[in-house]
Amino acid sequence: MFNSAYNRIFFVGLLATTLLASPLLSAKGVFQSGPDFFAEVFAPHKPQSKVLWMTADIRQQAEKILDRPVVGLRVRYHQLDGKTAWILEEIGKEMPITIGVVINQHKIAKVKILAYRESRGGEVRYPAYMAQYEGAVLTDQRKLDKSIDGITGATLSVWAVNKVAALALYYHGLVNPVESTNGQSK
Amino acid sequence: MKKQLLAAFIGLNITAVAQAATPSAEEMWEIIQQQQEQISTLKEQLSNNDSRISETEIIAEATISAVEQISLAPAASSKTTLGGYGEVHYNNLEKDDGIGDKNEVDFHRFVLFTSHQFTDSIRFFSELEVEHSIAGDGQVGEVELEQAFIEWDISANQSAKAGLFLMPIGIINETHEPNTFYGTERNNVEKYIIPATWWEAGAALNGELAQGLSYDIAAHSGLFMDDGEYKPRDGRQKVGKAKADDMAFTGRLKYTAIPGLELATSVQRQNDVRQGEGEGISGTLIETHLAWQKNDFQLRALYAAWDFDTAINDIKQGADEQTGFYIEPSYKLTDKIGVFARFSEYDNTAGSSVDSAVEQFDIGINYWLHPNVVFKMDYQDQDNNSGTGSDGFNIGVGFSY
Repeated sequence: MFNSAYNRIFFVGLLATTLLASPLLSAKGVFQSGPDFFAEVFAPHKPQSKVLWMTADIRQQAEKILDRPVVGLRVRYHQLDGKTAWILEEIGKEMPITIGVVINQHKIAKVKILAYRESRGGEVRYPAYMAQYEGAVLTDQRKLDKSIDGITGATLSVWAVNKVAALALYYHGLVNPVESTNGQSK
Repeated sequence: MKKQLLAAFIGLNITAVAQAATPSAEEMWEIIQQQQEQISTLKEQLSNNDSRISETEIIAEATISAVEQISLAPAASSKTTLGGYGEVHYNNLEKDDGIGDKNEVDFHRFVLFTSHQFTDSIRFFSELEVEHSIAGDGQVGEVELEQAFIEWDISANQSAKAGLFLMPIGIINETHEPNTFYGTERNNVEKYIIPATWWEAGAALNGELAQGLSYDIAAHSGLFMDDGEYKPRDGRQKVGKAKADDMAFTGRLKYTAIPGLELATSVQRQNDVRQGEGEGISGTLIETHLAWQKNDFQLRALYAAWDFDTAINDIKQGADEQTGFYIEPSYKLTDKIGVFARFSEYDNTAGSSVDSAVEQFDIGINYWLHPNVVFKMDYQDQDNNSGTGSDGFNIGVGFSY
């Protein structure tokens, strides 16, 4: 079974590959803690920690955006002036992805993967992928107004980030109502 | 005189008022003592209230946390997950030679996924499939175990797996839920050359070499081509009491650093597809593909080629080379509707001087009722030199969850 030259080449290749794969790269795991994320986002200022309570209407809209039942009574967020930061979780294929989203003036300022646990689709955490979300706003259908280029074979991970980004925009709109021309919030 | 009397009277009153408004030092001390007592009482009451408010906050926080924990518990604590997919097809195809037209409906695949997370770094994944709806003696279908492996995250960037797993080759072999690709039926190149869906038993390593550059490497059971067989598809043993005299090895490099782009190449070495029976035949498969999505446009292109020992030509002339390729542009007209065209060509006897390639042109539409539910319709025009190509249309519905 292990007698040919090809087998020997294979096992040498296997060993070399294992050694080459630097442990400094992290495809999975926790990349940044929540407090560190908030500190980075609002530095050098200290934001207010706030809570959005999940009323029946908010829960219903959140469930539409996520396309699944939403549990929990509240969502914690941090705010400084018109800028909010949210840490939300969504399952890609099987495991929850922890995603940090920063909204400024009703536009996405930043999306960052704080923890990734799925076997595939870890590319979604790369800055090039995350940069696609910057500037996105929420449409009337409560979806992102931008097309996000995905990952072949890991579509579910990209969908999960899309949904969380849209949800953060929706939550931001609730705690920072847009002023209409007649002075009333809408 | 009157003025003097009036002034004296006012003066007396002022003195009297002044005497009444200004308490003596003793009275002042008494007043201060009383006020101090009142302040102390109020402070005590305030402190009690603060304590109660603080206690109420703690109780509220504890209650909310407990309620949230209970409401989150069923989803968060479940270590075992279920999923699956399925697809029903209707094929209406006419053969160019008029023999063996196909007009049938088939529940092509019904698949159940089961996975279990033992710890954060150790998990199990399985895929059990019923093909063609019914299995058993004399029936057209099969029950197949397509995946059943343990995966272990050795480090943050490397995983190992052992068991029965899909070969890391091509585009649809590992990702073949019907809502993820165009066309009712899977493309012929990956079906007849690679051959998808293809799984083997063994061990594998997967990880990242650099940002956007990943590798897979696997040692696993090999193909077995019985007497008269020469196509890789016929050589799949499906890990059922499979001959393991000679194993096979697969490696893949995949580049995904640019959003929407996947470039990959796989190499597989089969030591002996005859598994020690008769004259040995080794083979090497090289596959490379591109999958590129930019906004609503997508392009998929794939090339695969087998190079077998010429001894295989004794079984079938020209089988030492088996090649295929396809190119498939598609465009999403809306979130729900996408159209595609595909040109493909494959040849299981490309080593012969006779042109035995099968060419096929497909055009069709996908309608996603939901991101995980798709209706498909396509038209195919297939040609080969022997005049046995099939033309016609296919309709399907598929889902995954």
